[in-house]
Amino acid sequence: MNGIITENPTFVLLLGMCPTLGTTSSALNGMSMGLATLFVLICSNMAISAVKKLVPDMVRIPVYIVIIATFVTVVQFCMEAYTPALYASLGLYIPLIVVNCIVLGRAESFASKNGIVASGFDGLGSGLGFTLALTLLGACRELLGTGKLFGLTLAPEEYGSLIFILAPGGFLALGYLIAIVNKLRKA
Amino acid sequence: MEKLKSTLPNMLLSLTITCVVAGAILASVNDMTAGSIAASKAAALESAIKEVTPEFNNKPVEEAYLSATSTGDSLRIYPAKMDGELVGAAVESFSNNGFSGEIRVIVGFDTEGKIKNYSVLQHAETPGLGSKMQEWFRTDKNRQSIIGRSVGDGLKVSKDGGDVDAITAATISSRAFLDAVNRAYSAFAQVDAAGGATSSHQTEGGNSDE
Repeated sequence: MNGIITENPTFVLLLGMCPTLGTTSSALNGMSMGLATLFVLICSNMAISAVKKLVPDMVRIPVYIVIIATFVTVVQFCMEAYTPALYASLGLYIPLIVVNCIVLGRAESFASKNGIVASGFDGLGSGLGFTLALTLLGACRELLGTGKLFGLTLAPEEYGSLIFILAPGGFLALGYLIAIVNKLRKA
Repeated sequence: MEKLKSTLPNMLLSLTITCVVAGAILASVNDMTAGSIAASKAAALESAIKEVTPEFNNKPVEEAYLSATSTGDSLRIYPAKMDGELVGAAVESFSNNGFSGEIRVIVGFDTEGKIKNYSVLQHAETPGLGSKMQEWFRTDKNRQSIIGRSVGDGLKVSKDGGDVDAITAATISSRAFLDAVNRAYSAFAQVDAAGGATSSHQTEGGNSDE
């Protein structure tokens, strides 16, 4: 459960920056990406923990990647079939979950050494941390950029500054959020 | 149980089994979702056609055909008919002149060639600037709406001497959008000009059904 705050994958470990910056142009996109990663993390952690004894050390990385890619593709198919609107806005980033270092990182550092249940919870913790971070970042950028939050207008669009929706604003918002989280952790 | 040693047979076996299992899982998931994916794509297209054409009661998707434009592109046209009579058509068009990536739009015309409505199917324009085109060109303000206009020799943004107001700070996206609309009209006009051949071919199919 360390993954949520003290070892938060985004704010503390700084893993998986590509999907973090790419998908957080709105709170809903960020949260969906987080949830998709959460699902993949739990499933791949448990599957890898279950087969860890059957996988020789020298081929473990390819085997892990195949397992992770399988779950990612399952998520992608389901999303395309049942939530086409979401798929349209996130589609490009879903396959990138495969190479998200958080997923392989947890597989390598936790699931390959621990039991199935513990690995499942480890995936849940890291996944929740990632989801939380992405939702928070998405919410900040959406609010500052368009004056909306989850699509609800809180302030007139004229007050929003476009830069926060674009890439530079993403870096800015992420930097400030990391600074705030650092400050809170030290206090 | 001991962990398997990294011998060649062990490695081969474990990788092969992993891939076979993964393949089987993916094949079954693909089977389960393929129907829904096709259905949701068809539904999206159908609702886009319904949005941009006059009221119809035929099945435009089934009667769709290709039409060449004067510049040699071939676009898909979805004819909208009310009780067998042509009331308009939706044309799926595109432009490669966008600020980033291809823009795909569907434009609806009535029989006089006036723009009924449009819908942007796909674009990668800058969020907050070019991405406004979904609403901008149908908002009735100053000269920015293209609804009800006839395209004629082609619509242009006011900066290029035309009479359509471009999206603020997104002239390139606006030009590309109008380019797609003009292309759609070109395909639609081609059909109109070739009138006899195409429409008799169309009604042939329709008559056999009735």
